[in-house]
Amino acid sequence: MFLFLLLAVVAVAASIAMITARNSIHSALFLVVDFFCLAVLYLTLNAEFLAAVQIVVYAGAIMVLFLFVITLLNPGNEETDDRLRGQRPLAVALGLALLVEVALLLRTQAIRDRLGDFPPATSFFEQVQTRINGTPTAPIGNVQAIGIELFTTYVLPFEVVSIVLLLAVIGAVVLAKRQLR
Amino acid sequence: MAIAPPRGDTAANGTQVILSGDSMTINMGPQHPSTHGVLRLVLDLEGETVTRCEPVIGYLHTGFEKTYEEKTYLQGVVLTDRMDYLAPLSNNLGYALAIERLLGIEAPPRATVIRVLLAELTRINNHLVWLGTQALDLGAMSAFFYCFREREVLLDLFEMMSGARLMTSFIRPGGLMADLPDGWIERAESFLREFPGHIVEYESLLTENEIFKERTIGIGILSPEQAQALDLTGPSLRACGIPWDLRKLAPYCGYETYDFAVPTLTGGDVYDRYLIRMAEMRESTKIALQAIDRLPTGPVMTADRKIAIPPRAELATSMEALIHHFKLVSEGFKPPEGEVYTCIESPKGEIGFYLVSDGTGKPYRCHVRAPSFINLQSLPPMSVGGLVADLVAIIGSIDPVLGEVDR
Amino acid sequence: MTGGDIIEAVVKSLIIIVALLTAFAYMTLYERRILGRMQLRSGPNRVGPAGLLQPVADGVKLAFKQAITPRGVDKPLYLLAPAISVVTALSAFAVIPVGPTYNIFGRAIPFHLADFNVGLLFVLAMGSLGAYGIVLAGYASNNKYSLLGGLRAAAQLISYELALGLSLVGILMISGSLSLTAIVEGQARGLWYILVQPLAFVIYLISAIAETNRAPFDLVEAEQELVGGYHTEYTGLRFALFFMAEYINMVTVSALAATLFLGGWHGPFDLLSGPWWLLAKIILILTLYVVLRATLPRLRYDQLMRLGWHWLLPLALLNVVLTAIGITLLQ
Repeated sequence: MFLFLLLAVVAVAASIAMITARNSIHSALFLVVDFFCLAVLYLTLNAEFLAAVQIVVYAGAIMVLFLFVITLLNPGNEETDDRLRGQRPLAVALGLALLVEVALLLRTQAIRDRLGDFPPATSFFEQVQTRINGTPTAPIGNVQAIGIELFTTYVLPFEVVSIVLLLAVIGAVVLAKRQLR
Repeated sequence: MAIAPPRGDTAANGTQVILSGDSMTINMGPQHPSTHGVLRLVLDLEGETVTRCEPVIGYLHTGFEKTYEEKTYLQGVVLTDRMDYLAPLSNNLGYALAIERLLGIEAPPRATVIRVLLAELTRINNHLVWLGTQALDLGAMSAFFYCFREREVLLDLFEMMSGARLMTSFIRPGGLMADLPDGWIERAESFLREFPGHIVEYESLLTENEIFKERTIGIGILSPEQAQALDLTGPSLRACGIPWDLRKLAPYCGYETYDFAVPTLTGGDVYDRYLIRMAEMRESTKIALQAIDRLPTGPVMTADRKIAIPPRAELATSMEALIHHFKLVSEGFKPPEGEVYTCIESPKGEIGFYLVSDGTGKPYRCHVRAPSFINLQSLPPMSVGGLVADLVAIIGSIDPVLGEVDR
Repeated sequence: MTGGDIIEAVVKSLIIIVALLTAFAYMTLYERRILGRMQLRSGPNRVGPAGLLQPVADGVKLAFKQAITPRGVDKPLYLLAPAISVVTALSAFAVIPVGPTYNIFGRAIPFHLADFNVGLLFVLAMGSLGAYGIVLAGYASNNKYSLLGGLRAAAQLISYELALGLSLVGILMISGSLSLTAIVEGQARGLWYILVQPLAFVIYLISAIAETNRAPFDLVEAEQELVGGYHTEYTGLRFALFFMAEYINMVTVSALAATLFLGGWHGPFDLLSGPWWLLAKIILILTLYVVLRATLPRLRYDQLMRLGWHWLLPLALLNVVLTAIGITLLQ
């Protein structure tokens, strides 16, 4: 619980710093700190695989790409005037609205009942094991558990997502080729 | 509305300019590892593609050409060493030939053959340094040390004959500083016999190396027309397919009697310049060996007492010799009034000396057509559109020596 | 976690750090001596017997250099960058098993710091984070050459991480585990994976050289083009930290190669005990690194990208498919 509180505070602080930082490189780095906190949170939930993937993919690849683009274009400090007038008050209003919505939702009994349906990660792995072996005795890593779930229960969404990503790749190639010509 | 140049277009070598924001102006040199001295280049980069390249010279300005006017003709020899400090004997030779034409004399036969031998050894020496640094510029560090191993032998030979490794001042108007010492010819010959084997060593490191070929083939291409318009000379011109070599076209020192080829290729890229220089080292070895074979005996300095300083022994016995000695040392010889331009094929291209004599012991004007300086102007057309890494390869391939650029 | 476990972890961490720093120091000497041999010279041999104290002399020299902070740098990032490099380099080694479990002082001590069940991913994660050190150094230095070096690092890292990761998938499919200890044990039972996955081994080695920015892929600090690349503006100990990170990364990827492809701490005969076998294999791979550096010219930036995307990545994918077919056929 102490760890969770610490991470939560750091994560929220980093998020705020990310939004308020004037320098876009600093913003990107605060986002990385955020990713780190998330990864450690996953670890506390015994989801090592997710934690590792979080760092490899988000912090390691995507944010490095961001940094690449930011340093290449080097916009320096962001200009202060808004491109869209009235963005800030609108953002504050919408944010507050969302907060109220979530708070109201959490107060309704229906949602509270559903919350019990999401077991902690460890019991999730046990469930998968039980479905495969019949017993939850042999410990399996969460890599296997995620793999099994992906290729049995969620095989359709998984394949759909991979096709969508493939389309994105093809689209990028086509765009790049056109520019090359 | 001003029309911006198209972004993201394809550069000349097929690499694409991605995500081009504003171009970046970058100052390469005069303190940079691969500008071969104090060359400064002002580059505009989009990403890493060079869109503008402007050489800024003058950081090694020495005022040699002006200094000549304050030196006697003989003293001027030492300045030629210091221009192209990688090929001092070639510069000595060009200067000596110019003065000899002004005086209307010729060096004795033995001196002429030795001059050819030394000029070719200098060419090998120059190309060895070029090869080592070109490889180093591309990141292949080892070739450098192999080249310098052989260069060391050559420098030892130069030291043996002249007392200096770099600033030899050995070839003088009228002949040579002295005859070659005993044992010199044998050492030179044994070096020349084994040297082709060493060339094979260098080639095994580079010629067929895939990365080396990737880095050099098709890089820094100049068409023959461009090369001629830019007044390019030397190996870089011959790599464009123009067999221009003064040793064949306007022979001096009896080059027409030697059997050698002028290697020519048509690619005009960095790789072809590399191949040309490697072939030239082989040809130079051939010429040098021929020179050793035909070396006649005899004096190495002209007998004209008005030009050559008399031997030490004569000073004790001959009053005339003493007077000549005094006049030559205090005032130098005095060529008749006139002007002359003489050029030879130095390792880097055509080096020419334009001398104007007003009849005194010092030249009225001396201008040097420095191949490094004139070849350098081909750098921008070759490098624009390429990447920074190509630029480094291209600088190496035109082999500039900044001492000669900023005379 | 008992008190004993904590002490064990601390002791092991200290041993790993000291060992890695020593490896770094002597790797520099080893490299320079081999380069010397290959380049007709002797390399540093004056400080101490046979030059063995040269790393100490270098360290002292760097420590006493003035720490210059150029004007106009982004100071927090400028100071953070070398630290990120070293920390990620050091922590990556934590999951690499250097030996089997030994009984010492009546206590069963496994010879690795941590045996994650996603150990392999951890090494990759640390490797990719190491790029931040370089990119930030390039950005924060307020120098155009550094910036170009940083940009090259970011592009190179993203490109080669894919090939590197994919080349390891084949091994995961055969061993069925992401835990490095399990992978080593898997090789002890059967063949070393280099024999089963030769293509993957080659792809891994090439990508690893690119990941660690070593010749012929050292474009990030290509001195003939970018002066010093990202560390142009760093002096003294801060520069030493970058240098240290580079060499420790070399040791780590070599250790990973030995662990994944060459049987880890297992040797063909029991001449040496576990850790020594691993050390021998690491030195073998490091020697390969040095020999490559001595012989090859540097690739150009776009050629490096082309090699990664046009050759290594498709080959790594092909390797995954072939491995899958092979496994299905054998079952």
